[in-house]
Amino acid sequence: MSDITKQSLTELVENIKNKNLSSTDITKAFIERSEKSKELNVYITDDFTSALDKAKKFDQKPNLDLKLPGIPMAVKDLFCTKDVKTTAGSKILNNFVPTYESTVTENIWNEGAILLGKLNCDEFAMGSSNETSFFGNVQNPIDKNLVPGGSSGGSASALAGQLTPITIGTDTGGSIRQPASFTGTVGLKPTYGSCSRYGIVAFASSLDQAGPMAQNVKDCALLQEIISTYDPKDSTSIDFKRNQYSKKLNNNIKGKKIGIPKEYRVDGMPKEIEDLWQKGIQYVKECGAKTIDISLPHTSYALPTYYIVAPAEASSNLARYDGVKYGFRAKGENLIDMYEKTRSEGFGAEVQRRIMIGTYVLSSGYYDAYYLKAQKVRKLIKNDFDEAYKKVDAILTPSTPSSAFKIGEKTDDPVSMYLNDIFTVPVNLAGLPGISIPAGHDSKGYPLGLQIIGKAFDEQNILNIAFAMEEKINFKNKITDWWIE
Amino acid sequence: MSIDLKTIKHISKLSRISVDEKRGEKLAGDLNSIFDFIEKLNELKTNNIEPLTSIAETTLKLRSDEVKSKNIREQIVKNSPQDNEDYFVVPKVIE
Repeated sequence: MSDITKQSLTELVENIKNKNLSSTDITKAFIERSEKSKELNVYITDDFTSALDKAKKFDQKPNLDLKLPGIPMAVKDLFCTKDVKTTAGSKILNNFVPTYESTVTENIWNEGAILLGKLNCDEFAMGSSNETSFFGNVQNPIDKNLVPGGSSGGSASALAGQLTPITIGTDTGGSIRQPASFTGTVGLKPTYGSCSRYGIVAFASSLDQAGPMAQNVKDCALLQEIISTYDPKDSTSIDFKRNQYSKKLNNNIKGKKIGIPKEYRVDGMPKEIEDLWQKGIQYVKECGAKTIDISLPHTSYALPTYYIVAPAEASSNLARYDGVKYGFRAKGENLIDMYEKTRSEGFGAEVQRRIMIGTYVLSSGYYDAYYLKAQKVRKLIKNDFDEAYKKVDAILTPSTPSSAFKIGEKTDDPVSMYLNDIFTVPVNLAGLPGISIPAGHDSKGYPLGLQIIGKAFDEQNILNIAFAMEEKINFKNKITDWWIE
Repeated sequence: MSIDLKTIKHISKLSRISVDEKRGEKLAGDLNSIFDFIEKLNELKTNNIEPLTSIAETTLKLRSDEVKSKNIREQIVKNSPQDNEDYFVVPKVIE
């Protein structure tokens, strides 16, 4: 039974359908392994007892027509789950129990999956290392004292550590793709408007997207086709024809034109990343695709733009945490004092920093100089992509400028932490889909990812390119189980 | 540009986050380094550029305003730090 947790989602689904395994077998295996994996600190809240009950119930009357029949999975603690505590990694939501379910998770349970628990993440998804969580940092299964990336660090770590066969994260500036890259897993940030934001704790509403994380591209495609639905409950959800991504997955990418943007060759980028990128270029060529040098001239302005737009939206979204309707409340001498103390004690340092940046750039006298300016530059960044897509079908870049770093290495310098998202942030600003796939290891043996960026709503195309590349790369994650008790 | 303690106090008031002197100094330092980084945008001339206000280029759909969830008042109030049956309780606001 010990090899159950090593199986991919596709294998597990097959084994359930062929009755080689029951949902109870699988659920038990993941729970047992999770219980021996406390050191990774991936769970904020586990729901193991209830998961086992649901698995037993499933086995009594299995519906094998579902896409995730009796498959247990854990999700990022940013998704509201009805009657199961949802914290967003924050003290201020430490005791919040939603009365409703997010659309994305509802789609998953409707296909037969079972909730294992809620996974650690950076507080309100603000971070690139999972170190801003109120519930402590997460260990990367790749090596001790290594960050798993963030903000979906718990999701990436649980997936790479085989504590969940698949998972979901959210990505505002790279929060799915960067941790996927740091843990040797596959992560997709869908087109803005593809997956409903209903019931996801909001960070920056014009950038936030939920997306799948998986061990391989096929599993990722299957999960994407489940979570991507039009939802009237999200006013920015877009009604377009969605594919059965996993059924249409195709490794024939002959003749595809892949853009290589010269601006992604940033100063100080390690040679290992450049080498990996070159290898990626070689792989797509071997698959019969053509590479074309392109320019995205405003790339270097993406991060400064992001650090105005995202905190501005966050400061507005997080105004609701006032200690009145839910969550943590500090004692105050009067109402205003209660608000101020609640928010000062309830939010962590990074969240406070971002609320203050956001408040400042939106405040009287600074709005035009910062917020409006950033919205204009955001337009230029989107125009760059629109121009590029007149010539190419997709764009290939590294996912991150380095491999995973040590816990504590960047916590004192916010700007150096922000620079981690240099290759992922432009994709969010332009609302495009991007996927990170594991593509190799650095000299320390840590995984490195490559990112494929697509046209809006062209998830199928980047999944196909990823699928073709995956075959060529033949990546093997080096997991030693060092943390198992 | 430089953000001083006075500006921090102002932002702290606007964002309803109390900040003491010591944390204020640290925040001023952090925000200054972040704004130094953000100032890069001033290299670009953007006079004739339309701001991007919405990434999804669709018009918002209308729907009828119907109540979909029923009888969840109790559950909702239960999430509040302090309640009195059907009400949220806050510190006294009228003397």
